[in-house]
Amino acid sequence: MSKVSEAEVRAEVREWLAANWDPDMSLVEWRRKLADSGWGMPQWPKEWYGRGLPHALARVVEEEFANLGAVGVAKSGVRLLAAATLLEHGSDLQKKKFLRRILTGEDTWCQFFSEPGSGSDLAGATTRADLKGDFWNINGQKVWTTSAHHADHGLLLARTDWDAPKHEGLSYFVIDVKQPGVDVQPLKQMNGHASFNQVFFTDAKVPQENLVGRVGEGWKVAMTTLAHERRGADGLTSPSKRGTRVGRIHAEERAEAEKANQPYKWYPQRAGRVDLVIDRARETGANRDPHVRQEIAKLMIMAKSAEWTSRRARAAQQQGRPQGPEGSLGKLAASNVARAAAHVHTLITGTEAMLTGNGSPRDGIIAEILVSVPAISIAGGTDEIQRNIIAERVLELPKEPRFDTGPFRNVRRN
Amino acid sequence: MSTSDESRLESKRRIQFAFTDEQEQFRSAIRRFLGDRSPTTEVRRLMGTAEGYDPVVWRQLSEDLALPGIHISEQYGGAGFGMVELCIVTEELGRALLCSPYFSTAVLAANAVLNAGTEAQKSALLPDIANGARLATLAVTEPNGNWDPMSIKVAAIPDVDGYRIGGVKSYVVDGHVVDLLIVAARAPKAAGREGLALFTLDANAAGVERRLLESTDPTRKIARIDFHGAHANLLGGLDDGAKPILRTLDQAAIALANEMMGGAQALLESALNYAKLRVQFGRTIGSFQAIKHKLADMLLDVELAKSAAYYAAQAAAVEDPEWPALASLAKAAASETYLHTAAECIQIHGGIGFTWDNDTHLWFKRAKSSEVFLGQPSYHRELLMQRWGV
Repeated sequence: MSKVSEAEVRAEVREWLAANWDPDMSLVEWRRKLADSGWGMPQWPKEWYGRGLPHALARVVEEEFANLGAVGVAKSGVRLLAAATLLEHGSDLQKKKFLRRILTGEDTWCQFFSEPGSGSDLAGATTRADLKGDFWNINGQKVWTTSAHHADHGLLLARTDWDAPKHEGLSYFVIDVKQPGVDVQPLKQMNGHASFNQVFFTDAKVPQENLVGRVGEGWKVAMTTLAHERRGADGLTSPSKRGTRVGRIHAEERAEAEKANQPYKWYPQRAGRVDLVIDRARETGANRDPHVRQEIAKLMIMAKSAEWTSRRARAAQQQGRPQGPEGSLGKLAASNVARAAAHVHTLITGTEAMLTGNGSPRDGIIAEILVSVPAISIAGGTDEIQRNIIAERVLELPKEPRFDTGPFRNVRRN
Repeated sequence: MSTSDESRLESKRRIQFAFTDEQEQFRSAIRRFLGDRSPTTEVRRLMGTAEGYDPVVWRQLSEDLALPGIHISEQYGGAGFGMVELCIVTEELGRALLCSPYFSTAVLAANAVLNAGTEAQKSALLPDIANGARLATLAVTEPNGNWDPMSIKVAAIPDVDGYRIGGVKSYVVDGHVVDLLIVAARAPKAAGREGLALFTLDANAAGVERRLLESTDPTRKIARIDFHGAHANLLGGLDDGAKPILRTLDQAAIALANEMMGGAQALLESALNYAKLRVQFGRTIGSFQAIKHKLADMLLDVELAKSAAYYAAQAAAVEDPEWPALASLAKAAASETYLHTAAECIQIHGGIGFTWDNDTHLWFKRAKSSEVFLGQPSYHRELLMQRWGV
């Protein structure tokens, strides 16, 4: 591959955008152009809808898109986790079949990993895949699946060998969600929202060609998906600057973002809304109570220190230093901050914390904080699992003895 | 955007979240020196003496490493660095628990002179402090233990050739061994901020009665000083004399927060090493989740409080307008974290951790006394709220 310079890339993308960008196009029509030209995902390989550019130059392309206000490829939900996994482990047939429609936004994806019987212990999955003729037959139950109710395809981790050890009996599939054997039910949470689904598989079918990687390599493939998840390849679409832009394509993109972000509306409340604390203390007069002042100060000290800790981690990374312990602590710190914030919001709100809904403080936002915070120390790895990770990887303490070795068939489970 | 917003943004930009390579090398040099000169056998020997420090080590620390004047500009005989470097020093001293008059001389007295002194006074006083020849300290608190300078009662009465000081100061760090005393006092009958000022005295002058107190933390000596009309000179001016006092105490709170983080890190490492060695029930205790989770929480605590201590030092170094509030924030965070880490370190050691022979109590006592030195966490949390305008 010949080396290209930043100036060349900038000139080329500008020229292409000048010739092609039109805000009155339909969103899908435009994104097909992006996929076929490779400008939508310039860091992807040339043969798969990219231009094979290094990440630094891909950022240059992103800048040029942003300068012009040009819309990019679809990025919401787990679609890019699916794409990253397929690029690394998928067959050519799978890449051909799925990648383009991921980028155009025509297909939506979800992730069938967690089960009622295996939450923290993801590799303990018991959803089964049995090969019957040309199809894998899927039976079992998945849970905490975001967007399954409007997804077209799912990334599925299922057990194909019950005599192999736990991690070696899993395989990874792409399953068509819209088929009779897949029953998607909303899962209502304690805060009243239903951001996730539980999904029941009864003799659901997966064609052999949709096996990703080899049989028994499902854990390895899933690790790729999870690594991209941790790196933040999924996530919320933030239509911040796009709000005011005019044109058919922008309206369609806003509608798409609205739909994609809908399940996450309560996420800021889950994190405790530290940003509201001082204003709330002033508006209620709680800022005159010495005890409340102490508790506010404790919370703010923790929140600020956590923020500066992640800044330290980033600064060390930017200087090319090996990552210190400060890089692994963010999630646990966020849990502590959220819990402390819920405590302080309760102190400030007093008896009104008995109320919820539009008639309650801040149109129900405070009440939503109080019943959403318990999620933060569970979602994406419980605090206890985080502590194990910190203890084992950062502090290099020994692992607990295991009881889940040998054939999975004999391992005690739910 | 207003000018103050711009200057705030400008200083935010200059706040560094990583130490420079030079600062890391500086830290390593101090750590090597202290590893050699301040093993716990030395700490234990010196904490049992009345002086509480080794003059030979103090001379080496002053002459070879130039530490007492690290933050004093070169024109006054110092090394010309600032708050960040001063705090690297205190962090390392806190880690090694060095018994020395550093906090009194370099942190309290030198900053008081820098903040309050006239050009002539700085030129006269600082070179001997910077080269370690002259020990000095700052006396603010009185027997009531209040760290708010507004409560100062010690009186300074004008005299023909200066002032006469009367009253009692207490909790004066190294007050029993220093050569120079800097005393916060007020003109008679003036209350609040009015009439507060700093005064310098020869510690051996007539009318100065110094008594070493029995301190919880024997590695930091404190004294009570009775002034019976002792002769003193005004340091700086009488206008808004509370300002340099507060500024000195805020800088000291940041230096102390960093010192505490050095100690907390030492305790965390000690607890971690012990958890990897100690075997019970056929396993190292560090393989039990009860201990692993405790250590993970300790690490989280220490890293967060370190971030606050480092950020406050950086903010003070660039004179970010928010830095006095951050001094209180860092001090409150460090106080809670240091003591908690010390208590958990004893807990992880079990019975042996409660013995005199085990070294943990040396840091525990430093943690306990530092918790209240310069004001306890609740005092600083209230100060933080006031300084943030809540």
